[in-house]
Amino acid sequence: MKLTLHIWRQKNVHDQGRMVTYKLDDVSPDMSFLEMLDVLNEELISKREDPVAFEHDCREGICGCCSLTVDGIAHGPERATTVCQLHMRHYSDGDEIYIEPFRARAFPVIKDLVVDRGSFERVIQSGGFISARTGSAPDANSIPIGKDEAETAFDAAACIGCGACVAACKNSSAMLFVAAKVSHLGNLPQGQVERQERVLNMVAKMDEEGFGGCTNYYECEAVCPKQIPVKFIAQMNRDYLKAVATSD
Amino acid sequence: MNLDAKIPSGPIAEKWDKHRFDIKLINPANKRKYKVIIVGTGLAGGSAAATLAELGYQVEAFFYQDSARRAHSIAAQGGINAAKNYQNDGDSVYRLFYDTVKGGDYRSREANVYRLSQVSASIIDQCVAQGVPFAREYGGYLDNRSFGGAQVSRTFYARGQTGQQLLLGAYSSLSRQVGLGNVRMHPRTEMHDLIVIDGKARGIVTRNLVTGKVESHIADSVILATGGYGNVFYLSTNAIGCNVTAAYRAYKRGAAFANPCFTQIHPTCIPVAGDHQSKLTLMSESLRNDGRIWVPKSADDKRAPNDIPESDRDYYLERKYPSFGNLTPRDIASRSAKQVCDEGRGIGHTGYGVYLDFKDAINRLGKDKIEERYGNLFEMYERITGENPYEVPMRIYPASHYTMGGLWVDYNLMSTIPGLHVLGEANFSDHGANRLGASALMQGLADGYFVIPYTLGHYYAAEGKPEPIDTDHPECKRVEAEVNEKLNKLLSINGNRTAVSIHRELGNIMWEHCGMARNEAGLMKALERIPELRQEFWENVNITGENEDYNIALERAGRVADFLEFSELMVRDALERKESCGGHFREEYQTEEGEAVRNDDDYCHVSAWEFKGVDTPPVMHKEPLVYENVKLTTRSYK
Ligand SMILES: Cc1cc2nc3c(=O)[nH]c(=O)nc-3n(C[C@H](O)[C@H](O)[C@H](O)COP(=O)(O)OP(=O)(O)OC[C@H]3O[C@@H](n4cnc5c(N)ncnc54)[C@H](O)[C@@H]3O)c2cc1C
Ligand code: FES
Repeated sequence: MKLTLHIWRQKNVHDQGRMVTYKLDDVSPDMSFLEMLDVLNEELISKREDPVAFEHDCREGICGCCSLTVDGIAHGPERATTVCQLHMRHYSDGDEIYIEPFRARAFPVIKDLVVDRGSFERVIQSGGFISARTGSAPDANSIPIGKDEAETAFDAAACIGCGACVAACKNSSAMLFVAAKVSHLGNLPQGQVERQERVLNMVAKMDEEGFGGCTNYYECEAVCPKQIPVKFIAQMNRDYLKAVATSD
Repeated sequence: MNLDAKIPSGPIAEKWDKHRFDIKLINPANKRKYKVIIVGTGLAGGSAAATLAELGYQVEAFFYQDSARRAHSIAAQGGINAAKNYQNDGDSVYRLFYDTVKGGDYRSREANVYRLSQVSASIIDQCVAQGVPFAREYGGYLDNRSFGGAQVSRTFYARGQTGQQLLLGAYSSLSRQVGLGNVRMHPRTEMHDLIVIDGKARGIVTRNLVTGKVESHIADSVILATGGYGNVFYLSTNAIGCNVTAAYRAYKRGAAFANPCFTQIHPTCIPVAGDHQSKLTLMSESLRNDGRIWVPKSADDKRAPNDIPESDRDYYLERKYPSFGNLTPRDIASRSAKQVCDEGRGIGHTGYGVYLDFKDAINRLGKDKIEERYGNLFEMYERITGENPYEVPMRIYPASHYTMGGLWVDYNLMSTIPGLHVLGEANFSDHGANRLGASALMQGLADGYFVIPYTLGHYYAAEGKPEPIDTDHPECKRVEAEVNEKLNKLLSINGNRTAVSIHRELGNIMWEHCGMARNEAGLMKALERIPELRQEFWENVNITGENEDYNIALERAGRVADFLEFSELMVRDALERKESCGGHFREEYQTEEGEAVRNDDDYCHVSAWEFKGVDTPPVMHKEPLVYENVKLTTRSYK
């Protein structure tokens, strides 16, 4: 099939950036979206033009590198699918596609479609862990955990840290990302000791990094490739209020 | 070249304890005076960085992604082995050790494998304490599944995302140390060379992938945990960025490269769809617990799979290997798939595929149970192929997946360059000629959490604090200049082919001649074609842009350049090893039934290669493998 692509090109963080139009003539329906961009890049390099920078690595929907906004939707039109797992069979001949980076104040553009998500790192560093020194752990079966509890924790732990939730939110809120980590650890017995401190520190860091607040639009849940539910945001809010009330 | 493995004396079950008692310690207050560079933050590097920082060392961590959480360990699906014997089904440290040595076709070092089995149980404890949500039974205790090459259930798993959850565990411990100021992170930074001063590894030269800045970093020693080189085949289940660059450049500085031809081709991957293919996707081995593998009995049978009656199907693994059936080790399952496809019985439009069928399992257990076990894998399959595996059998074919070969290390995980330790998939140590499923995650975490924290301290204590140097040292400047020169050369060629197209061509050569089956004529041909292709690359590659930029073409070209040299080493190793063992199948050495013929008289050794120059053949050194506990037998899974 033939496609017209409108792609965000931006030389670096200081550049203004603009949309540039490209045509592709021979796109196979079996290609992934990123393989379609590979074809474009091979053509650009052959014409001695600068290829389009985009971030990717695993191409299996698990590393969280890929971060494209396709036709205005983070990760594109397929539900529960990272853009690397989106396949061209969902498009038809003659389609026009708009490709932009994940946009948010806390995610500055590095080049073209690549953004800096270092703010997520700093949020995790502020409390997204259980302090368990190597060697100090008791036997794994000494802490029985109900299957349901373990499953709930897993649903939250499935987050791949891609940032689609932030890109989709009109407030650029990172609530779903932070809530996923808070709830993963907060739903497990091992995570109880640091539960209050964790939520306080992570929320404070999230605000400091320039992410917005949540005003219940739930766009984040709609684009999340791992379908992390917004109920975890409610759980985090409860944890947070409780922690504020009991800390001094 | 000295290949002393430094294996402690005494009975195998006591070696590690004895060694831990014998090795020298650094007192807590002195640890902070030592700085270690760790390249790679996957399971191996991430767990090492966190643990060494907890102990008090200064740690600097380097990786090419933007976040440590994105290392390719994240993609491991199936599970992690440990000799916990929670199932009471006869497992033990000794059995895990035995299975691993046998699974590796008797080409690994007994003492290392035994230690791996010993520490395996502590890994599970550590991960649970960090909050890794492993699968549980209704009573709240940990669940297990079985994996290829074992008859006990010892694999712990977290849905189909075990690697993700284990890596997030290590990453959270590492993040805590970063937050405490004990680890300095260098994301989007690629190692291009190793700095060796007075015979010891003292630092690395890196390129910042955003700004292009080339600079040196100095420490008291260096750890490489940079993963495997499966992308030498171009198509593999590895991430696009996985590379041999760090390991290969260390090899060029004097680290021996061991058994490079031992590569693992995984039997269950989604087949190639077309020329645009950029990578292959694994369908976890765990699927072989419930899926049955078959092809039509007749090469002429072109009916849709569900129209082929039982009597016209050949469940070839169950037929050939009745006691292990669909759970034979990977090398055997892959080779069997190749055989039936070579006979013309392969399925799908390319003829390179076999069916993995869940119909019986769905009938027996119900769709819900299958969905609970493999739901996310089935979804992934459907997203990629557009076919629903609950209704039509999956199509699968083998693909490059893992590399058992790697930098040679001794019992302390130190390479032949003093002060250069190598962990995880990047070293060669524990899997011999074939790795069993769920053992790589175990090994990466064993190395990082439970081995290097002891052996690194021993190195520092034994050697004493090295002379302080800084990045103005002439050796740093010299290596930086070499790196810059190479980058400039790449950018100045201005030819007509992209690095990706050359990489693809290299992959075809390697897959055809040094893949699932190898023979002398094919390997000789590869040995001719690789240098030609390398020359074409250096004369005709086209890399746009400049160094001082986020330059994806340059980044890729640098990695391809190293694969173009490394692949030759792999082929030489395959040529030299005149036997079939594990993943290395030389067609000249097989039985009439097509089973591998190993040659213990002449090849029961590690082949460790020493670099002598790009166009000069390397020199091979042997580390004999001595089996004191396990008796060498012909591997049989019949
Ligand atoms: C799809 C898939 C599924 C798998 N499933 C399983 C399984 O179920 N069970 C199992 O036991 N094993 C499995 N494996 C194997 C296992 O995942 C890997 O062997 C293991 O995770 C490797 O870990 P590592 O820490 O050695 O390397 P990696 O996780 O690959 O990490 C490499 C690190 O090195 C860095 N790096 C690499 N090169 C450079 C450079 N030049 N400069 C700077 N940094 C660099 C990277 O940024 C990264 O941080 C699977 C592998 C794949 C591909
Ligand atoms: S590239 Fe890894 S999730 Fe898309």
